[in-house]
Amino acid sequence: MTEPQGNNLDPWYSHYAQRTAGLSASEVRALFAVASRPEVVSLAGGMPYVSALPQELVASAVERTVRESGAVALQYGSGQGTPRLREQILEVMALEGIRASVDDVVVTTGSQHALELMSKLFLDPGDVVIAEGPSYVTAMTVFRSYQAEVAHTAMDDEGLIPQALRETIARLRAAGRTIKLLYTIPSFQNPMGVTLSWQRRMEVLEIARENGILVLEDNPYGLLYFDQPPPQAMRSVDDEGVVYLGTFSKTLAPGLRVGWAVAPHAIREKLVLANEAAVLSPSSFSQTVISEYLATADWRGQIDVFRGVYRERRDAMLAALAEQLPTLSWTVPAGGFYVWLNLPPHLDAKAMLPRAVKELVAYTPGTAFYADGGGRDAMRLSFCYPAPDFIREGIRRLATVINGELTLLSEFSQTGPLTLPAAPAAADSVLPPSIG
Amino acid sequence: MISKLTRVVVLAGGISHERDVSLRSGRRVADSLLEHGIEVELRDPDASLLGYLRDTRPDVVWPALHGASGEDGALRGLLEFLGIPFVGSRSEPARLAWDKPTAKTLVGRAGVSTPRSITLPRDAFRELGAEAVFDAIHDELPLPVVVKPAQGGSAQGVTIVEDEAGLPRAMVDAYTYNDVAIVEQRIAGTEIAVGILDTGEGPVALPAVEIEPLSGVYSFEARYNAGETRFYVPSRLRDDVAARAAEAALTAHQALGLRHLSRVDLIVDGAGTPWFLEANVLPGLTETSLVPQALEAAGHDLGWVYATLAEAALEA
Repeated sequence: MTEPQGNNLDPWYSHYAQRTAGLSASEVRALFAVASRPEVVSLAGGMPYVSALPQELVASAVERTVRESGAVALQYGSGQGTPRLREQILEVMALEGIRASVDDVVVTTGSQHALELMSKLFLDPGDVVIAEGPSYVTAMTVFRSYQAEVAHTAMDDEGLIPQALRETIARLRAAGRTIKLLYTIPSFQNPMGVTLSWQRRMEVLEIARENGILVLEDNPYGLLYFDQPPPQAMRSVDDEGVVYLGTFSKTLAPGLRVGWAVAPHAIREKLVLANEAAVLSPSSFSQTVISEYLATADWRGQIDVFRGVYRERRDAMLAALAEQLPTLSWTVPAGGFYVWLNLPPHLDAKAMLPRAVKELVAYTPGTAFYADGGGRDAMRLSFCYPAPDFIREGIRRLATVINGELTLLSEFSQTGPLTLPAAPAAADSVLPPSIG
Repeated sequence: MISKLTRVVVLAGGISHERDVSLRSGRRVADSLLEHGIEVELRDPDASLLGYLRDTRPDVVWPALHGASGEDGALRGLLEFLGIPFVGSRSEPARLAWDKPTAKTLVGRAGVSTPRSITLPRDAFRELGAEAVFDAIHDELPLPVVVKPAQGGSAQGVTIVEDEAGLPRAMVDAYTYNDVAIVEQRIAGTEIAVGILDTGEGPVALPAVEIEPLSGVYSFEARYNAGETRFYVPSRLRDDVAARAAEAALTAHQALGLRHLSRVDLIVDGAGTPWFLEANVLPGLTETSLVPQALEAAGHDLGWVYATLAEAALEA
C-alpha cells in the first residue's frame, strides 16, 4: 500500500515561482482587518486624509475630462505618460528644486509601480538594495520579490548616517555582495518621520558616486512640511546618479494611482519599455483628471490645506504622547505622516498588537519596517487619518496597554531573563495598501 | 430541501485577529443557506446588534465569530436571554470549553488523558514568590512544556518552552492575555483535530484530520496560507488508534456538553494514547479550515450540513 500523500489545499503550491516565497498572510496583516471597525482608533494606516480635498474640485476635473477630452482620456495612451501631465509634473517638482526635461519624466501607476519597474530593471537574485533601517515596508516587499536582499543602514534624528552607510557598503563589498541600489526617503521618512539634512544629502550622494551605487530617491511627503520646507531633493543636484520618484497620492489622492519617475535618459528609455510591458500605458483617464485639476484648481493652496490638517494632527499626537507616555521617546516629524515610538526594553510591539486591538487601538509594529527581524522594540504611529480627538484617545488607550505590560514585566523582572526570543525575518512585511 | 426557516442572521467579523477568518467562515455559511432557499443576513456584531435582533427576531442566529465574544459564551448567553435559537453550543458549555483548565478537568474526569499541567493565577507569583513557583514547576514538569493563557481559542500568548531560562518570558506572554496561565507538559506525537457533528441524531466523530505544518509549528501562517501545512484526512493513524482518538473526542464533546458542531484538538503519542488539548465551540469554516475537510471526507455536502444545523437549532 502506498503512503498517503496528504493534501496541502493548494494543488499549485509547488508551481509558484521562488520569488513568491514572501507573499503570505500573517497575523499582523490579519489584525489590520480589525482596524476598519469604527470602534478602533487606527494609528496604523498611512492613508491620506482625502476628505480635506474639496469634492467639487475633483468633480469638475472629472467632468471636464469626460466632456472635453473623453476620446483621449478613455483610450490607451503613451507608455511614458501624457506630455501635458509630464509638463505639469515639472512645475510640481520645481517646488523642491528639481529642474528636468519633460522627456526625463515617466508616469507610472503610483510611485509604487515605479519601484516595481526599477526593481525589474536592476535587480537579479542575490543582489543587495541598501535601505534605511527602518524603511518603507512595501518597497522592501518589491525588492524581495525580485529575490534581492535588503541591507539596512542606520539612521538617527537627521536621517541616514553617512558613516554607517560607508561601513555598510564596505561590509557588503567585503562579503562579495553586489549592491545595486540605495533606496532612501530623505524627507519625513516612512516610518521614522525624520529628514535627511542638506549636508548629509550631499555626503550620501558623494558616497553613492564613489561606490557606483544608483540612488533611488522616494519623495512622497516632501511638500507636506509643517513649518519650513525640507532641504531640496537630492535629484536637484545630481541628474545622473539619482532616480527620483514622485506621486500625487499624498498631495492629491491615492485613488487616482498616478506617480512618476525622473531618470537619466538610458534608464528612462528602459522604464518606458518596462512600463508598456507591464500595463501598456498608465491610466489616461487619471492623468487627464490630474491635468485638469492642476490647470484649474489652486493646487498649491490645497497642499497648504493638507499641511494645516496634518500639522494639527501631528501636534495632537505629540502632545498626547508627552502627557500619556512621558518616559518613552519618539521622533518629532517636521512634516509627513508618521511618528516613530521607541518602547522600553523587553516590550515587543508585534506581540502587543493583539492586546492593543482588544483595547481598540491599532499601530504598525516596527518589525514590519525591517527586513532582518529588527524593530520589535518600536512602532510606527500614523497621525494622517484620524481626527485630533481620536488621536488623543488612541494614545490614551495605547498608554494603558503599554503601562499594563510594563507592570507585568516588573513583576517578573527578578525571576530570570525576559529577553525576547529571536524574531523571524520579514514575517509580516506584506501589509494591506491602506497600511504601508 | 424544503426549509422551515425563513430568515437566518449569520454573525461574522467582530474585533479579533481572526476577523477576516470569521468573515470568510460567515460568508461560506451564508452562501450555503442561500443555496437552500433560506433568507440570510450577514452582520458584523456591533452596538446595534442586540436591539436589531430583539426587534426583527430572526428564526435562527448562526454565530460564525471566532475569538472571545463568539466563543466564550457571552453572546450565546445573551441570545438565550432574548429567546432566539442559535447554532452551536449553549452559553454554559461554551464557557466551560473556553476555560482550558476547566475543560481539562471535565474531560479528564470523563476518562480522557490530558497532559499533566498546573494552573497558575498571576497572583500566585506575587504571593508565593516567583522563584519558589518556578522551582516547583521545574521539579514537577519535565521540559519541554507549553505555556498558554487559561482562556482563549487561538495560539496567542502560547509558547513552547524548551529550556528553563525561557519560562519567565513565556509566563509574561501568557499573562498579557489572561490573569491565569496554564503550564502543560508537551506531548510528542501526531497532532490531530477531530470534528464532532450532531444534526439532531446524536454526535458523530468525523474522520480525524492530521496536521503536518511544513515549518513544524501550526502557527497563524501555517493555518491560513494554503500550501503551508499538509493535511491527512483521514489521518495516517492505525485504524484502532484512530478509533480511540475518535472515541476520546466524542467523550470530550459530551463531557463538556457541547452541541451541533465542535472541534477537539488532540495529540496522539507513540503508544497510541490520545491526549486532549482543547475543544473549540466554533471551528473555522474557511477553505483552509479543518472541520470542512473532515466533513467532505465523511461524504457530507457542506451546504447541507450548514443548513441542517440551522434547522436543528430551530428545533432544539
